Amino acid sequence: MTMNNVKTILLAGVGGQGTILVSRILTHALITAGFDVKMSEIHGMAQRGGSVSTTVRYGDKVDSPLVGKGAADVLVSFELMEAVRWSDWLKPDGVIVVNDYKIRPLPVASGVADYPDNYLSALNEQFRVVAFDAGGKAEELGNARVMNVIMLGAMVEAFAMDAFDWDGALKKHVPPKFLEINRKAFETGRMLARKSS
Amino acid sequence: MKKFLSGNEAVARGLFEAGVQVGSAYPGTPSTEIFETLNQYEGIYHEWAPNEKVALEVAYGASIAGVRSVAAMKHVGLNVAADPMFTAAYNGVGRGFVIISADDPGMHSSQNEQDNRHYARAAKIPMFEPADSQDALDMMREAYDVSEMYDIPVLYRMTTRVCHARCLVTENDPLTPEPLAYTRNAKKYIAAPAHAVVHRMELEEKVQKLAAYSETCRFNKMDIRGNEIGVVTAGGASLIAREVFPEDTSFLTLGFTWPLPLKLIREFAKQVETLYVVEELDPFMEDQIKAAGIECIGKDVIPRMYELNPTILKEALTGEPTPLKTVEAKVVPRPPVLCPGCPHRGFFYTLSSRKDTIIAADIGCYTLGGLAPLSAIDTVVCMGAGFTVAMGMAKAFEKTGDKKTVFGVMGDSTFFHSGITGAIEILYNKGNVIPVVLDNSTTSMTGQQDNPGTGYTLMGQIADVISIEAMFGAIGYKKVFTVDPQDLKAMKQTIDEAIACEERCAIVVRRPCVLIKRIQHEQALCRVDRDLCRSCRRCLSVGCPAIFFVDGKSMIDPNLCVGCTVCLQVCPFDAIVKE
Ligand SMILES: Cc1ncc(C[n+]2csc(CCOP(=O)(O)OP(=O)(O)O)c2C)c(N)n1
Repeated sequence: MTMNNVKTILLAGVGGQGTILVSRILTHALITAGFDVKMSEIHGMAQRGGSVSTTVRYGDKVDSPLVGKGAADVLVSFELMEAVRWSDWLKPDGVIVVNDYKIRPLPVASGVADYPDNYLSALNEQFRVVAFDAGGKAEELGNARVMNVIMLGAMVEAFAMDAFDWDGALKKHVPPKFLEINRKAFETGRMLARKSS
Repeated sequence: MKKFLSGNEAVARGLFEAGVQVGSAYPGTPSTEIFETLNQYEGIYHEWAPNEKVALEVAYGASIAGVRSVAAMKHVGLNVAADPMFTAAYNGVGRGFVIISADDPGMHSSQNEQDNRHYARAAKIPMFEPADSQDALDMMREAYDVSEMYDIPVLYRMTTRVCHARCLVTENDPLTPEPLAYTRNAKKYIAAPAHAVVHRMELEEKVQKLAAYSETCRFNKMDIRGNEIGVVTAGGASLIAREVFPEDTSFLTLGFTWPLPLKLIREFAKQVETLYVVEELDPFMEDQIKAAGIECIGKDVIPRMYELNPTILKEALTGEPTPLKTVEAKVVPRPPVLCPGCPHRGFFYTLSSRKDTIIAADIGCYTLGGLAPLSAIDTVVCMGAGFTVAMGMAKAFEKTGDKKTVFGVMGDSTFFHSGITGAIEILYNKGNVIPVVLDNSTTSMTGQQDNPGTGYTLMGQIADVISIEAMFGAIGYKKVFTVDPQDLKAMKQTIDEAIACEERCAIVVRRPCVLIKRIQHEQALCRVDRDLCRSCRRCLSVGCPAIFFVDGKSMIDPNLCVGCTVCLQVCPFDAIVKE
């Protein structure tokens, strides 16, 4: 049995939202800190706008690269409905960090189904939730694409992972000309998480 | 220094380290990145073949001629390539020859979840099953040694979570094996009956020797930690088993899984009170272990369907549900969709409104044309079946008197893969079918790989462009229409003309995929003028993820729209404008 010091982070979103960069930065920082790390991602069909998830696990020694329901410590969701979809993969005391942003699945977009508006309160009833409009914040910072690094910063704060060398990991994975804005995005995420919890 | 590699990247490294010099593959999730990664290494000729049978034969030819070679494919690809594989097992190899099959338990990106371990047993070829990226790298060298030592192709069986999971990997120095000097050897390489009867016996002897090898193979590892519970396990499932069983469980973890080391398993079974067999999908090991008279628990409790994970395994073993919190809110399914600007949309939209057509389609992004709201597809079976299933339906309709027009529809990569024989079948046997190729100039579903129609090879060389129109013409189609699907008027007119056409005709629907990086795509946006929108919802019927309905009117998400104008063309009130 795997030592129970293994932690599991689940990144969820919609195909095309770019969870990849976040998982790269995340795993880089964890590996640099000396952990055994495994990561599992899904390629192919689902990337065409479908629901996607990436699992990152770290600890002294990690066996399985993936987990099942009821097993993740943190769920970082880049989209609101995806947070609900993946919420039962969390441990009962798990934490959710969610981008308060809606991407309408086709049945909703075409008016056949509704996008419920009670998601945040429903999530809050069961879990500790850190929620904010990361996309809007990213635009305020001047680049909508740094939404993902804002989410990363929020996760680091919400899951008390500040002891890692995040700046080193950012430097390694972000092109130099975008480093400053990503640093800002990261700090913004941390600040938003502090405020919202 | 250790590297954080996916299983596919590690396999590529393993191929490099083993001194492989020729590789051929056809893309297919979850195997695709193996060959995309080979670019990083010097000295390996590697290509996208038109299909898996071609890939396997090319790699086999290279092995016969004296260099280490590899063929790679997804699980269903091995169905296509099975014919040469079975006979290569009889003839044996020159230099080492490895066939990689990437299975997809759970069907993340596939039409079935067949368990290709059965192929090893059926073709009587040895099989390795790596559990993680380090295995995927380390076992490759051994696989080539086994291939050469026992004169036989080796099956290297991966699964989605082995291919796409990353872990820390130690690399080794590459080998540079000497090529074999080629000399003609008719008895070995001419698969004629007189030779085959001899090969048949030799193959049986090889299997006996491989069974002995399996008993001592260093990738079949026993780890005795207690005498109560023992687990025989292999591949990705072994990591899940490690995670779930208690600390004092003994393990027999197998990396070489056919022929099974039955003596070793028996010896292991004797040391524990209860024996479990933990494997994903079919009871492949379990059936053989039980047939050998060894008692074990396996598929009576562990699911034989879908992907395993620690929660599923734990619940299966304990019978107790995992504590979960349920959020009280409904979610809407989010299936994959045709991208904004996808050229397939115009074709399917045009056919979605017709009641007089049948569409036997195929596997590719365009399969998504079968989902609501386009809902314009009758059948999808396997690559190449678009034309031929259409043919059978048309022949049946001749009997039943159904007057609908039957279209056989497939993409460009699928046409080159296995559509050409279908196009011949339709013409030769006088089928009432209009073959249609949706040519988006790439193999898009699997991540935009080049193919014989794109003008480039996998190694980045400029290639001859094989013309689909010329192929139809050469087969004997008298009229070949070419149309841009983004021009809905032209698209509709072409369909009408093709249906009315007295001569044998085919249609090439051509516009490049918006995801192709090599092309400069037009940057534009469509916008709904909300004053003009009359809420008719016609634009929603094109199934574009950028369009949605809010407050009783349509809107277009500027972050998603690429300005393809399909919605603009269908709007009856000119409420959509391009900017
Ligand atoms: C035998 C087989 N090999 C590979 C695959 C994986 N596969 C699924 S769709 C596809 C690409 C199809 O490309 P194309 O026909 O050009 O259509 P597009 O996706 O570009 O629309 C491939 C390779 C498969 N399903 N079956």
